[in-house]
Amino acid sequence: MSAHLSPNQLLDRPASDEPGLPRLLAGIPARGGLGLREHLSLHGELPVVEGRGRARRAGASGLIDEVERAGLLGRGGAGFPTAAKLRAVAGASRSLLGGARPIVVVNGAEGEPASAKDRTLLRSLPHLVIDGAGLAAAAVGAQEVLLGVCESSPPALDAVARALEERRGSRRGGPLDGVQFQLRPVPHRYVAGHESALVNHLSGGPALPTFTPPRPFERGVHGRPTLVCNVETLAHLALIARHGAAWFRRLGAPEQPGSALVTLTGSVVAPGVYEIEHGSPLASLIDAADGLTARPRAVLLGGYSGTWVDASRLREVALSDRDLSPFGASLGAGVVFVLSEDACPVAELARLTRWLASQSARQCGPCLFGLDAIASAFEQLSGGAGKRDAAEPRLRSLAALVRGRGACSHPDGVSRLVSSSLDVFALELADHARHGPCAACARPSELPRPRVPRPATAAPA
Amino acid sequence: MTALLPPLAASGPSLAWYLTRSTGAVALLLLSVALALGVADVRRFSTPSWPRFVVDALHRNVSLLALVFLLVHILTAVLDSFTSISLVAAFVPFAGSYRPFWLGLGAVAFDLLLAVILTSLLRGRVGPRAWRVTHWLVYACWPIALLHTLGTGSDVKTTWLLTLSVACLALVLGAVLVRVLDGFSRDSARGRGLAIGGAFAFALGLVLWLPSGPLGSEWARRSGTPSSLLGHASTSSSKIVVNP
Amino acid sequence: MTSHRLRVNPIACEAHGMCHELLPERISLDEWGYPILDGAPLDPALLAHARRAAAACPTLALLVERRSN
Repeated sequence: MSAHLSPNQLLDRPASDEPGLPRLLAGIPARGGLGLREHLSLHGELPVVEGRGRARRAGASGLIDEVERAGLLGRGGAGFPTAAKLRAVAGASRSLLGGARPIVVVNGAEGEPASAKDRTLLRSLPHLVIDGAGLAAAAVGAQEVLLGVCESSPPALDAVARALEERRGSRRGGPLDGVQFQLRPVPHRYVAGHESALVNHLSGGPALPTFTPPRPFERGVHGRPTLVCNVETLAHLALIARHGAAWFRRLGAPEQPGSALVTLTGSVVAPGVYEIEHGSPLASLIDAADGLTARPRAVLLGGYSGTWVDASRLREVALSDRDLSPFGASLGAGVVFVLSEDACPVAELARLTRWLASQSARQCGPCLFGLDAIASAFEQLSGGAGKRDAAEPRLRSLAALVRGRGACSHPDGVSRLVSSSLDVFALELADHARHGPCAACARPSELPRPRVPRPATAAPA
Repeated sequence: MTALLPPLAASGPSLAWYLTRSTGAVALLLLSVALALGVADVRRFSTPSWPRFVVDALHRNVSLLALVFLLVHILTAVLDSFTSISLVAAFVPFAGSYRPFWLGLGAVAFDLLLAVILTSLLRGRVGPRAWRVTHWLVYACWPIALLHTLGTGSDVKTTWLLTLSVACLALVLGAVLVRVLDGFSRDSARGRGLAIGGAFAFALGLVLWLPSGPLGSEWARRSGTPSSLLGHASTSSSKIVVNP
Repeated sequence: MTSHRLRVNPIACEAHGMCHELLPERISLDEWGYPILDGAPLDPALLAHARRAAAACPTLALLVERRSN
């Protein structure tokens, strides 16, 4: 996946008060990770938090205030306000008597197959992420940061390891001094990126979700208040700390300010990770990718737990949650996948839902059985055995049945995908119900479904 | 009139003596039924007129009833002055002077049952995992209770007690078989093999031991009845001769 | 004003179905035997039944939670 930046950006010119793009992707090297020296000359030093004790804490809470003013929202998919998260963790650790020190977890698991933005940041701009993580640690009073990086991405693991080595070699006396960073590989599973699954794994358990409450911000890794933040969110934080909330808000929409990374794949000429301004039209993103390679049928937004938009409405789509809400969609983890007209949506969905069913943690009955039933229903329509005309009403009831009944949001995501598919692909579904599989059913898959080794199932009690 | 009532605390067959033996037998029966119901419970047995919650509640209630009979059994054994069994001996294994080993087994079984029942009553507090692990102790408790019955009980040579013991053994063996053949269980094949093997080894051992043990000659003496009581008690319940 | 709500721990739940037997007014089972809850506050008249259902659950998956509004 290549990353793109505006042709005018030069490596040795500091990004400082440039309002435009790129921000996160500024100075991204063609290969390898941006070194510490280059990173600092590009973005400048981190602002030092003056003083000790109460003054230092005041400075830390000053950062939280700044993040709140900036209106930064989490970029892991849920879009939760980051300042609120920081406050919750800072508050949880204060309320404990003598108590457990908070800890920061960087969520670079990126189990979403159609997303590559987090991997890209970790691989190419690790210092930006490390800055953000260190700042978040200072803000919540933590002294440990665990960098969860997907174990199936050796370039990312290497780059982060090298970046941490660089930092250890240069004691700079900055606000990140005294913060211990630890690189922790995370299994490559779809659910491993869920907060509770990541915390479970880092606490020595399986990378499987747990029942909440308690939520990680109260009791997370080894029972400590834990801040779990997405890689991209922390990268934004690193820039907000340097340039301020007002600078951050110069781009984007009032309710969703700033820039965001999206992974554009599918039938485009130049698939890759792009940095966009919130609210920019989808059409301009496709133009930046040098256009389409085939006539589009639909676009999947958000991720595999996201929503389809019919191609006929592409011109209306703008990339912000507010603009997407009339379509029932949201930006989510920034996935934008263009499905071509040549593909058979029903077959694609059969393969996709079967894959999503295989990614179930298999801990909750409704998910384990429900997702399997959903996949079977799609498979019936695209050539499998079974009553074809029963498939669509079955899908409708299953989508309602699995929602909210698992320990994590995996079944909810599949439910959303199914509901959206029933709407956008109604014609194809009806056609398959009547006539069975079509010629395009046998075409190779357009949606990527990584083959992951079958993990150990949840341990019996 | 008073002469017609067997004195409660006399040197001979007293009411307490009859009570302790009868309640002990009933307790063994109830414990066996409770175990069988427990297996039915975990195997999710239910019919339209016996829904799951009924099987579950029945299992709990029969267990508690067994405990009640057990408490009467222990109390009357302690109160009975024919054998000097102290209250301590009821809880602390092998602390008594009357057939210490066999009585002690009773104390062990009682302690195990207490652990199971207490954790079950406080399940919300101890948590499902601790509760489940402790509950396995019933499979140790039951055979120990049976051995206690056969070793301590002075009625062991009677038809009624032997029949009862065999019936309970059959019931429990059947229940263990049903439990082990549970296709949905997450238990390992090795664990199941051990369970079946252990259960039948126990039954076999029992059958081999009984003739030369409790059903053999002079069991009262061999099992540790204090010599002061020998000669007064035979293994037949009705023929107690008291020397003034 | 405190209200009570039913919740199920879907990881602990093993579809024994006793909760449905003991509180059919508020708990129904899906085709695989797992409970379907609606999340609405519990009628105070049903609270004792709900507590009994929660105590009866073999895996303690059913929870009666107190919320103050």
